[in-house]
Amino acid sequence: MFRNQYDTDVTTWSPAGRLFQVEYAMEAVKQGSAAIGLRSKTHVVLACVNKASSELSSHQKKIFKVDDHIGVAIAGLTADGRVLSRYMRNECINYSYTYESPLPVGRLVVQLADKAQVCTQRSWKRPYGVGLLIGGLDESGAHLYYNCPSGNYFEYQAFAIGSRSQAAKTYLERKFETFVDSSRENLIKDALFALRETLQGEKLTSSNCTIAVLGIGEAFSTLDQETVQRLINEFEVVGEDPPAEASAAPDQSDGAEPGPAAAAAAAAADDDDQETPAADQGAAPMDI
Amino acid sequence: MPGLMLASAAGSDSQRTLYPYVTGTSVVGIKYKDGILLAADMGGSYGSTLRYKTVERMKPVGKHSIIGASGELSDFQEIMRYLDELILNDNMWDDGNSLGPKEVLNYLTRVMYNRRNKFNPLWNSLVLGGIKNGQKYLGTVSMIGVHYEDNHVATGFGNHLARPILRDEWHEDMTFEEGVKLLEKCMRVLLYRDRSAVNKLQIAKITEEGVTISQPYS
Repeated sequence: MFRNQYDTDVTTWSPAGRLFQVEYAMEAVKQGSAAIGLRSKTHVVLACVNKASSELSSHQKKIFKVDDHIGVAIAGLTADGRVLSRYMRNECINYSYTYESPLPVGRLVVQLADKAQVCTQRSWKRPYGVGLLIGGLDESGAHLYYNCPSGNYFEYQAFAIGSRSQAAKTYLERKFETFVDSSRENLIKDALFALRETLQGEKLTSSNCTIAVLGIGEAFSTLDQETVQRLINEFEVVGEDPPAEASAAPDQSDGAEPGPAAAAAAAAADDDDQETPAADQGAAPMDI
Repeated sequence: MPGLMLASAAGSDSQRTLYPYVTGTSVVGIKYKDGILLAADMGGSYGSTLRYKTVERMKPVGKHSIIGASGELSDFQEIMRYLDELILNDNMWDDGNSLGPKEVLNYLTRVMYNRRNKFNPLWNSLVLGGIKNGQKYLGTVSMIGVHYEDNHVATGFGNHLARPILRDEWHEDMTFEEGVKLLEKCMRVLLYRDRSAVNKLQIAKITEEGVTISQPYS
């Protein structure tokens, strides 16, 4: 392939005006296991697929708490991701120490992007091989950003990165308009559905995924396996249909399941009516 | 951090603030219904001489805060330079976030404490008040970095003469007129009893709409 001539170092342009090393770095992100983020006005949910290299080993940690109000999910070279998470944590702590106030996530994202850009313009460096989905809060509400190895960053309502993320993106594209006013529970359910799409047939269980939530009045936290499994069971029990139009009624969910359960009941077939009461009882409020 | 690293030559003592030269006296501040009220006279004393009679010791900081200073006036001007740089950088982000009074006071605390640790203090006691998103904030920081917030604060002699009055007569949700009357009472007592006080003062008001510093009056 002729492009091999210009891809030796990051400071060499190709005649077509491309930096191949940066593009190769973005390939690394596409090869990593999937990570998904979605946000409403008040909450951000991050979800990722846990791929363990063998049955004997534990899976890689891909979701990191950066501060009470910021979390990040990574895809690609996880080692690079850990280093950048440490940088982000440091920035947050330093800002908090000086200003007694949380670092606005938009500013952190820009700092991170500038850091990544430096690696695309030094001959002795290489770009970071990791894509970061950063969810966080600032004065204007909840935000979700995606940081590229190229040094670009974009804000999203919902996004997915990593292998087979296109399947998740297709699902998210269908549903994203409902996310803005979605309840916390529905947002998490949507994340699980999107995650399931990337597994392409493989069964979604709490052992092959990780979910983390943060929101206004709720510090960043990773949901424990039990809770995740319960949520998965809920939608497996009630029927395959995702919580579709119920997300338009956020006031239904003061931590209660009647919202999604009612919607699922509406969306699912009649013979499911038997199961919805059961789902209702098993479904304790999501405020863990 | 903008302006935090002051390149002071550690060796020569002539670079340090050993004692203040031109000083301002007390600043008094209270929270009221719509925001914060600050009062300070306009005097700059040169030792025992009441040298300068029109010194503005209160200045707005950004959109949400106001600072009042007592102590060495040249150090106050230095602090204003730090704050102007801080606010400028904050505005340059242009992202809808802005530094509120709590953040500014904490920044100042870090600056004051840092200088104190280098034995080169900014010889000031500062009052910082502001209101952001409906949250009122009033705090103070001294030249050694001691800081706290309260419903009413004062510096210097104000602590001894004004605060007892405020403790008795301050209450939640005072109106603007009540607040001004209370501050004027404090300033009158200070004029009687503080020899560095002058009979020309300003009252500063900060509400959600913005900052207003009154014309000087006596």
